[in-house]
Amino acid sequence: MEEVKLFGAWPSPFSYRVIWALKLKGIPYEYVEEDLSNKSALLLQYNPVHKKIPVLVHGGKPIAESLVILQYIDETWPQNPLLPKDAFERSKARFWAKFAEDKGSTIWAIFRTGGEEQEKAMKESLEMLKTIEEHALGGKKFFGGDTTGLADLTFGGIALWLGVIEDIVGVKLVEPHTFPRLCAWIENFKEIPVIKQNLPDREKLFVYLKHRREILLASP
Amino acid sequence: MATSDVKLIGAWASPFVIRALIALKVKSISYEFLQETFGSKSKLLLQSNPIHKKIPVLIHADKPICESLIIVQYIDEVWTSGPTILPSDPYDRAIARFWAAYIDDKWFPCLIGIVRGQLEGEAKETVIQQMSAGLVLLEEAFEKCSEGKGYFGGEKIGYLDIALGSFLGWINVTENMIGMKVIDEAKTPCLVGWAERFCADSAVKEVMPEIEKLEEVAKLLQANV
Repeated sequence: MEEVKLFGAWPSPFSYRVIWALKLKGIPYEYVEEDLSNKSALLLQYNPVHKKIPVLVHGGKPIAESLVILQYIDETWPQNPLLPKDAFERSKARFWAKFAEDKGSTIWAIFRTGGEEQEKAMKESLEMLKTIEEHALGGKKFFGGDTTGLADLTFGGIALWLGVIEDIVGVKLVEPHTFPRLCAWIENFKEIPVIKQNLPDREKLFVYLKHRREILLASP
Repeated sequence: MATSDVKLIGAWASPFVIRALIALKVKSISYEFLQETFGSKSKLLLQSNPIHKKIPVLIHADKPICESLIIVQYIDEVWTSGPTILPSDPYDRAIARFWAAYIDDKWFPCLIGIVRGQLEGEAKETVIQQMSAGLVLLEEAFEKCSEGKGYFGGEKIGYLDIALGSFLGWINVTENMIGMKVIDEAKTPCLVGWAERFCADSAVKEVMPEIEKLEEVAKLLQANV
């Protein structure tokens, strides 16, 4: 099998999406930790358009953008599929993965801002979470059904990073009585061995993100 | 398959709808087109896409599929007897998906920013530059993906051709608005030839709107902001 390399960053949920996919499929890979404040020449060469992690390099060929990477992984290594076989179900999985991708930034907006801007971000995040609660999960254990899939990995940030942001900012967006399905999903998702064993240390993440927020709010 | 089995909710002027139409034409699928009225949303649309309330929505055997690129992939996966739309190699598919996402996330906001007509001065210049720079990146992508052939998809139109090509009418409208070409011989020579080929393709000709008609829609968009 050709060599697989992943360029990632430990605080990033986008990086973890790819780690989870590789681990769920049992694909051996070399992990390269990027310092986002000092990006390597290799990363900039592999992702000149966005200059971001994650980047997967398979047999020397780079792929950027986590959702693109996840689908590439699923199509190249079909064991433990991330997408269902049925075309309509696949379209729904892709729909929710895209939703998570497009709307997930509202949670990060809460993290990066204060005052009125933050109020707006909180409102938008609640709407997004409500949509997931009411429409995306249905009665299923995971977004992917009985097992995790593309949409679960894409929503993975909610399982840990959301809680850390809530603690730093001092708000509680997701509670069991307002979001019972989402809370159940968070517990179930974190119990999956691959996920459980592959999450950043919560304390370390809290300290790191708290420091980042202080810097962000201090800059003009 | 009965025509009533496949419906597309959309509007003829929307580049996102045009993507779905081209995919249907590529596969020679009979469909019923349900035109939405500008400025209002039908009950069927709101029922079929309650999350985003946007067009296009493909309805196949009463099941709704939303998001233009997801619709194109769905069409490619279900109607396997027609020409393929996505590349067969997983790496080529990844590249096509990467650029399609770039077009939607980074490039399209520039285009719509200009079309809405609200930008002025330096802000407008910046957006025009960003849009042009994006097309130069897509020119480079074309050189790699086409492998010397006529389309991003190689010998025939494919996913990335459809993702970008659906905007060609609106690109023309924008060029008229700003008084300069963004797809031109100097900066994007390959795209010039590609654009002509794409618009002449039998799957595209019937569904690509005339520039004059798009310019009327542009006026409505500008008035509605």
